[in-house]
Amino acid sequence: MPDPISFKLNGKRVRLEVDGNRKLLWVLRTELEQTGTKYGCGSGFCGACMVLIDDRPVRSCLARVESVGGKEVVTIEGLGKDGDLHPLQKAFMENDAMQCGFCTPGMILTAYGLLRSKPAPSREEIIRGMDGNLCRCGANTRIIDAIQSAATDVRKRRSTT
Amino acid sequence: MNTTDDHSRREFLKRLGGGIAIFVTFGGKLALVEQAEAQGSRGVPADFNAFLRIAENGRVTCLTGKIEMGQGPITSLAQMLADELDAPYEMVDMLMGDTDLCPWDMGTWGSRTTRFFGAALRVAAAEARGVLMELASEALNVPISRLEAKDGAVFDRKDEKKRVSYGALAEGKPIARHLTVKPDLKDPSQFRVMGQPKLRRDSLEKVTGKAKYAADIRLPGMLYAKILRPPAHGAKLKDLDTSGARKVAGVRVVEDGDFVAVLHELPDVAQRALGRIKAEFDVPPATVTDENIHAHLLRVAPKGDVAAERGDLKKGRKLAARTFETTFFDGYVAHAPMETHAALANIEDNKCTVWASTQNPFGARDQIARAIGFRTEKVRVITPFVGGGFGGKTSNMQAVEAARLAKAVGRPVQVMRTREEEFFYDTFRPAAIVKIHSGIDDAGRMTLWNYEVLFAGQRGSEHFYEIPHHRTTVRPRGWTRGRGTHPFATGAWRAPANNTNTFARESQIDIMAAATGVDPIELRLKHLEDPRMIRVLKAAAERFGWTPATSPSKRGLGVASGIDAGTYVAAIAEVAVDARTGNVEVKRVLCAQEMGIVINPQGATIQMEGCITMGLGYALSEEVHFRGGKILDTNFHRYEIPRFSRLPKIETVLVEANEIAPQGGGEPAIIVMGAVIANAIHDATGARLLRMPMTPARVKAAMQET
Repeated sequence: MPDPISFKLNGKRVRLEVDGNRKLLWVLRTELEQTGTKYGCGSGFCGACMVLIDDRPVRSCLARVESVGGKEVVTIEGLGKDGDLHPLQKAFMENDAMQCGFCTPGMILTAYGLLRSKPAPSREEIIRGMDGNLCRCGANTRIIDAIQSAATDVRKRRSTT
Repeated sequence: MNTTDDHSRREFLKRLGGGIAIFVTFGGKLALVEQAEAQGSRGVPADFNAFLRIAENGRVTCLTGKIEMGQGPITSLAQMLADELDAPYEMVDMLMGDTDLCPWDMGTWGSRTTRFFGAALRVAAAEARGVLMELASEALNVPISRLEAKDGAVFDRKDEKKRVSYGALAEGKPIARHLTVKPDLKDPSQFRVMGQPKLRRDSLEKVTGKAKYAADIRLPGMLYAKILRPPAHGAKLKDLDTSGARKVAGVRVVEDGDFVAVLHELPDVAQRALGRIKAEFDVPPATVTDENIHAHLLRVAPKGDVAAERGDLKKGRKLAARTFETTFFDGYVAHAPMETHAALANIEDNKCTVWASTQNPFGARDQIARAIGFRTEKVRVITPFVGGGFGGKTSNMQAVEAARLAKAVGRPVQVMRTREEEFFYDTFRPAAIVKIHSGIDDAGRMTLWNYEVLFAGQRGSEHFYEIPHHRTTVRPRGWTRGRGTHPFATGAWRAPANNTNTFARESQIDIMAAATGVDPIELRLKHLEDPRMIRVLKAAAERFGWTPATSPSKRGLGVASGIDAGTYVAAIAEVAVDARTGNVEVKRVLCAQEMGIVINPQGATIQMEGCITMGLGYALSEEVHFRGGKILDTNFHRYEIPRFSRLPKIETVLVEANEIAPQGGGEPAIIVMGAVIANAIHDATGARLLRMPMTPARVKAAMQET
């Protein structure tokens, strides 16, 4: 058996004895049952599998599971804290920024990373930051609106914590 | 009803639990059903299953064979039910796409959910309300004429304290009622929930990752299957060696003729083991490609049928001062939903249950039953959330494969397509050709319209302009064909046929407007008598701020209109064309839509926005590349769907028409996107694009020709 891999998943410590070369996406979806992380293309083209690793968005279909050893992984299931929704989740709901919802977890986590580096993004910056995430239903304009409205709330939250 | 049905109904009521269940027995007597049938509907449920159930806690469950793939019936159907039943909207639960619990349904497509199922649901809800009034009358000892229903309770108008809730009335039943006479449906002026803009009801699950799609269902002991696929359509398996895969610990291999699958407890391990299979295929020589496909299609096109005709084409030609002959081309387009096809099958106690991403769970049930030799009542298909469909999730191949494998290995089996498989097995929108010969007289009146559509299909081929001499020929009517036509499967793609037909028709109208020096909206209005089309076109022009001009005006503005699923749309777009690269930037799209009564204006608006965004793809960048039966576009790096950076400013207008029954909403606004952009490109550059998608290379080539 390979050496166990330990990391934090949504705030809880995880210890796994798995082949470290396997992709994080499949370990999350199968062994760890975090099915909010979606398979869309398997090649990093669509962003449906986005997760946060040490607070930065990463495509889990490309990340080897051994690369998260000792790190903190957050999936869409763990984005809300203490039962509260993250402002991005609220804004996606209030703006109806989804249709089928399959790309939604990846969109929200990518937007999280965007707001982390650009707390007050312009519309153009949002478009550039989100361009690697695909939505087939065409909810794009509402996703932009949601990110813009969430940005204010995220800034407020940051300044109070 | 015969005794088998009675038995089935008892079984069904047992499954459903207590409370009041409302069935609707249609005998073709109801005006609504007659209307639906007149419009060619075979989709209204006529089986024994209930449309709705009222539980003892007062919650109302809407049972529907329709599925939620993003288009929003989870919200709009709940609105219809709550309003006709006088129940609180928040008390309505939706149970969708479960073949054991929901009334039979043909499938979720054709923008039919609101038009046909919705109509029947409203009847059922109104009937349920009648039943509740009767029960309340007995319970309160008050005549029905004095009773009123509101917010899930019935009360005495003379003494409002005398009241009983729906839940209390449902206690200790079950009651099953059948509808025989037409109940009174509410007039739009009485709507309290319908007509209100409502946010999606499934968004909390969708933003928290709790929403389950078919590939998210987990069962103890389940295996993940990866299936051997040929390199090209038409390829035959010649040689097979599975020993490499069998060496991987924990792998099971199923071989059943050409059907070869590798199964494992981990999906990625199964995928890797599949790669260790050595397989050789005989691949037929490639004769057609995405470059020569139209010449091939012209050769093999059937004679066709006349779909519409009036006057005498010879006369029309004689009356014309100028005639225009144009041939338009369209390529193959993929559905490419973000969720690839997936299914989980489980066989227990001789019953097969399959969770599937499908637009037609009842069709899937029948296919699975046939494939594994079960009776249909021994197969249950459950449809979780579907991650996009657009007409592409109807063949149910993955559900059948999962069931076959579950039967073979005696464990639950998941089949989920890779993105590469998704592109390979997609039922593409067919490549097509449209030939139009039209004419206009000295007074600027169209006299001739001879329209022939090859392979796109009939929907949207019949024009709506006043032209005395015209004919529409469809070669053939449908969008699927047997071997020898397309090198792979084709099928319905959001507003099937209509995208290609509207591109051709509305481009041709603009060609004539430009040639005769008339504003394109003026030319259209001059030939319109249908008040719905006039209204929607005027609404678009007014809201956009259109000022008349002859194309090319250099402004980059284009217009197009069309009819789909009973709904009228008109769009105006503004584009900028980069003369050096041929790249088209769509800056603004305004779309006006008249769809009769609007159940959920929010949902309808979002569908329009989605149509406009998705339509940018087939207009500008989406085209399946292939060599014979080999699909070259295997993933999103080659097949370009619209991205954030493609987005124009999108504006939508819903034109009120409460005198017209609700019409379709999921598809109509997409049909205008090809022509509105082609016409705007012409207005910007003078170049006429005759082939979709209008890629930079094609735009540049067209500009060099002008």
